[in-house]
Amino acid sequence: MNTSYNWIKAYVPGLDAGDREYADAMTLSGTKVESYSRLDKNLEKIVVGKVEKIERHPDADHLIICQVNVGDEVIQIVTGAPNVFEGAKVPVVLVGGRVAGGHDGGPLPEEGIKIKKGKLRGVESYGMMCSIEELGSSREYYPEAPENGIYIFPDNVEVGKDAVEALGLHDTVFEYEITSNRVDCFSLLGIAREAAATFRKDYVPPVVTETGNNEKASDFIKVRIDAPDLCSRFCARIVKNIKIAPSPEWMQRRLASAGIRPINNLVDITNYVMVEYGQPMHAYDWDQISNHEIIVRRAQDGDEFQTLDGQVRKLDHDMLMICDGEKEVGLAGIMGGENSKITDDVTTMLFEAACFDGTNVRLSAKRLGLRTDASSIFEKGLDPNNTELAINRACQLVEELGAGEVVGGMVDVYPHPWTSRRIAFRPDWINSFIGTDVDPETMKEYFKRLGLGFDEDAQEVIVPTFRQDLEQEADIAEEVARFFGYDNIPTTLPRGEATAGKLSFKQRIEAVARQVAEYSGFSQAMTYSFESPKVFDRLLLTEDAPEREAIRISNPLGEEFSIMRTVSLNGILTSLATNYNRRNKSVSLYEMGNIYIPRELPLTELPDERMQLTLGSYDSKYDFFAMKGVVEEFFDKIGLSGIKEYRVDTRRPYLHPGRQADIWYGGVKVGYLGELHPQVADNYGIGERTCIAVLDMPEIVPQATFDHKYMGIARFPASSRDISMVMKKSITAGEVESVIRGKGGKLLESCELFDIYEGKQIMSGFKSMAYNIVFRASDRTLEDREVNDIMEKILSALKEMGIELRA
Amino acid sequence: MIKDNLEKIRQDAVKKMMESETMEALNEIRVAYLGKKGELTNLLKSMKDVDPKDRPTVGKLVNEAREELEKHLSEAQARLAMEKRRLQLESEVIDVTLPAKKSVVGHPHPNRVALDEVERIFVGMGYEVVEGPEIEYDYYNFEALNIPANHPAKDEQDTFYITKDILLRTQTSPVQVRTMEKKKPPIRVISPGRVFRSDEVDATHSPSFHQIEGMVIDKGITFADLKGTLQQFAKEMFGEDTRVKFRPHHFPFTEPSAEMDVSCFKCGGKGCRFCKNEGWIEILGCGMVHPKVLRMSGIDPEIYSGFAFGIGLERIALLKYEIDDMRLLYENDIRFLRQF
Repeated sequence: MNTSYNWIKAYVPGLDAGDREYADAMTLSGTKVESYSRLDKNLEKIVVGKVEKIERHPDADHLIICQVNVGDEVIQIVTGAPNVFEGAKVPVVLVGGRVAGGHDGGPLPEEGIKIKKGKLRGVESYGMMCSIEELGSSREYYPEAPENGIYIFPDNVEVGKDAVEALGLHDTVFEYEITSNRVDCFSLLGIAREAAATFRKDYVPPVVTETGNNEKASDFIKVRIDAPDLCSRFCARIVKNIKIAPSPEWMQRRLASAGIRPINNLVDITNYVMVEYGQPMHAYDWDQISNHEIIVRRAQDGDEFQTLDGQVRKLDHDMLMICDGEKEVGLAGIMGGENSKITDDVTTMLFEAACFDGTNVRLSAKRLGLRTDASSIFEKGLDPNNTELAINRACQLVEELGAGEVVGGMVDVYPHPWTSRRIAFRPDWINSFIGTDVDPETMKEYFKRLGLGFDEDAQEVIVPTFRQDLEQEADIAEEVARFFGYDNIPTTLPRGEATAGKLSFKQRIEAVARQVAEYSGFSQAMTYSFESPKVFDRLLLTEDAPEREAIRISNPLGEEFSIMRTVSLNGILTSLATNYNRRNKSVSLYEMGNIYIPRELPLTELPDERMQLTLGSYDSKYDFFAMKGVVEEFFDKIGLSGIKEYRVDTRRPYLHPGRQADIWYGGVKVGYLGELHPQVADNYGIGERTCIAVLDMPEIVPQATFDHKYMGIARFPASSRDISMVMKKSITAGEVESVIRGKGGKLLESCELFDIYEGKQIMSGFKSMAYNIVFRASDRTLEDREVNDIMEKILSALKEMGIELRA
Repeated sequence: MIKDNLEKIRQDAVKKMMESETMEALNEIRVAYLGKKGELTNLLKSMKDVDPKDRPTVGKLVNEAREELEKHLSEAQARLAMEKRRLQLESEVIDVTLPAKKSVVGHPHPNRVALDEVERIFVGMGYEVVEGPEIEYDYYNFEALNIPANHPAKDEQDTFYITKDILLRTQTSPVQVRTMEKKKPPIRVISPGRVFRSDEVDATHSPSFHQIEGMVIDKGITFADLKGTLQQFAKEMFGEDTRVKFRPHHFPFTEPSAEMDVSCFKCGGKGCRFCKNEGWIEILGCGMVHPKVLRMSGIDPEIYSGFAFGIGLERIALLKYEIDDMRLLYENDIRFLRQF
């Protein structure tokens, strides 16, 4: 929403704040000024001049020498402009003055252009006559300006006067951000009312007088609403003997300040009223309305309709149409029809000011792909009581401008009139709600300035229909807060019962995970939750892989963001690839983010959101075992000190078939780790060995604990044995260790692999492994005999597996 | 006779010890004089030739000489050890301006750094950190927040839908409702999390970003409390000199509503390129929880009141660390992450 400051001042006569002061105060009272610009920026020493004499330039065919009367003197100006003539009144910038732009209408230089005395082909020139572009505007808003040439004033402009004033450019245009609840402020009068309340000045809206001849509109037109749910009110008036002409300058200037191009008196009047009252109107050629009746009804599915822009539109049953006795003549609230549009030879016109359901207009406009100035206002949901004011104001302007003869009376169909609302006034509650001590009389004063009524007997605020946003006491409290001033409200801290600030257990475990990852050299990545279904192919998942059962977004930004991830790897792998492509060496990243597992498809309840810690690295330091080390470090930190199992029974296609494992803890699968399958690395474009680990936090958190018990420092010596064994390559360290642990019993303190060897001296297909096994009792020194017994059990169990002690 | 010998041995030995330059040489001297076959030992062995009546005197002299030599020996040893240490240190001088060897630790994401800061501030003020689902029911994301069906904010252009009733949450505000349904006042919570809006990726937009919701519900909570709380937050987050400004605004789920600006932390409010010459930077939206929202969540607005606020995490991170392109946050280039 843009408004001219002069136009606002026309209805708030006492307003005298400067531009900045106005912008700041309006913003603080809730009408946010986004920006503002002075229309006379860089326009200095520009007066109305009259061309008295024109001579040809002796040395240049395209130049002329003009003697221009600028009031107190006659000056000589040389110009190349083709359109000046003797007697023409023109804007003249004097020597030392400034204009806003060049004659080509290009972007305006910040400092404007300074005008100096000059010589053109040997003839002196003491200033410049200006085109509308040089004055910082355009033919868009000054349609009477010539296409290439000097702006010519009408003859009644006084020579020597301020030309900027004569053009109406001593003004500032403010751009506001109006919130969706303040429908009334999408109008100049709404903003003027707020401005008056903000600056405590009187609000003086236009006085709409009675208009019309002795005839009756109801003899010209009948109106019927068949869809009262979508059209709450329809007001119609008639104007005959129409005389189409340009509208007066003052109206053109005001429209231009709102960014609207002047066309002719009728169009300009409807636009002018739309800006002032926020009520879009439509004009039909009355002679084209069959039976001279209007019916407001829903369209039929599949109907077609040609809008006045010439396009044929497909309709459906949820679109509201304005129809005459035979046909559709307008898309309600969106655009009129080609068949009834106003042409230059119109003689009688039907004015419509109606109120349509905002949601319906919005959805219809969207389905049609036709959002117009009118529809974008209607969709906010207008006040039906505004239609009457607006149409009468329009008719008043028709009479004022002599644009036609207004027929008396109005046809008004308004099945369920809206009435004002009442809200209890409890000043104590308001003060306790906003934390102030505002006097009740002061509150009532605010209400009055906002145009709200007050019932002293009932102690109730009476809310007129243009303030649909005021529904209850909290809304009234906001009005008090706004005009008391948000910045005047004290600052306090909540009192009352203390609460303990804390992170949840899950959040604390996640924090440890992040810490361990970072201390281990992994940096935190954040990637999108949605991705392309092509990810599954990139990860070599088979067609029937359960991971492909993903949640689809029904209106995604594109295929590449269309499904909610069911595997966490893609984000990290994509980020690693980005780094690899940018030649960043040895990168390690992690992410803590959700995957989304549907319980069924299509979704009928919320999916299972599972937080995943995903680690990925193409740093050669991070091979499988280093990655395993990070995982176990994390487990140790969160009290998962029991046995971690690494199982190789599930084959994940995206991982190296011989270098992957599922991680099990406490009898549940808690994640997986491995080296990326070289084909997957190729698919992502990562040219180095890449290792990943993924931990499924919902399985880990319930097993984690920060409880920690001190274990006494051993007081008795340990007894240590080293064994070296030969076995088939297929036997895993995990299997060997589980035998040692199983047979070692309570006295086993630790068993650690210290050598693994294949090659010379070992039969092919076999390997040698050496373990250091430590026994200790907490209450005594172990005797050799005890340790030997245990070792014997271990060795015989190992033997059963085909494992031989190495000589 | 013996006495003269003794004196000579003593003098020779002391001189040699004081002149010795290596531990090895010193050791040889020790063996030569004090060893089993050393001169002093030999001298003692010749005691049998001394007149028995002189033996105590001579014995005493020999022992004194021995003690003296041992003292000199240990002094010489100390001197040589010191010298050796000195040489070692001298040879080990390093150039301290050579580059540092940093341990390779990873770095948190800037969003996380900012979030840690926000969490620290509010946890300190007694707020609990809670979470809610990212895929959410339409009811919690809109309806229960006083955004009825057909509200323009629900337009498809803003919201990613899964089904008619299930969507990707567009804000963290649904956690307000979920919290009120679960907990009884007094409630003080913040809820950080991922939210989604149908915006194309560019320097200032991302279809996925983060918000931090905050809410306090108790008896007698006022708009002044909201102001005070957020002012304290701003001072802790952006510096003690930070000033705040509350502007009226509109959100369907709060009334009165406001936007909070903070004085530009770059120029202190004088106006600069960073704050577009405004002197102020918009930071968050807030307001008193709408009575309709309280009622829908089972809390009686006649007894309780509360405030809520929503902070854009990326906005804070971008401003605080002067990051000029939001896309950097999701590319995860290590050269970017390393700076946090």
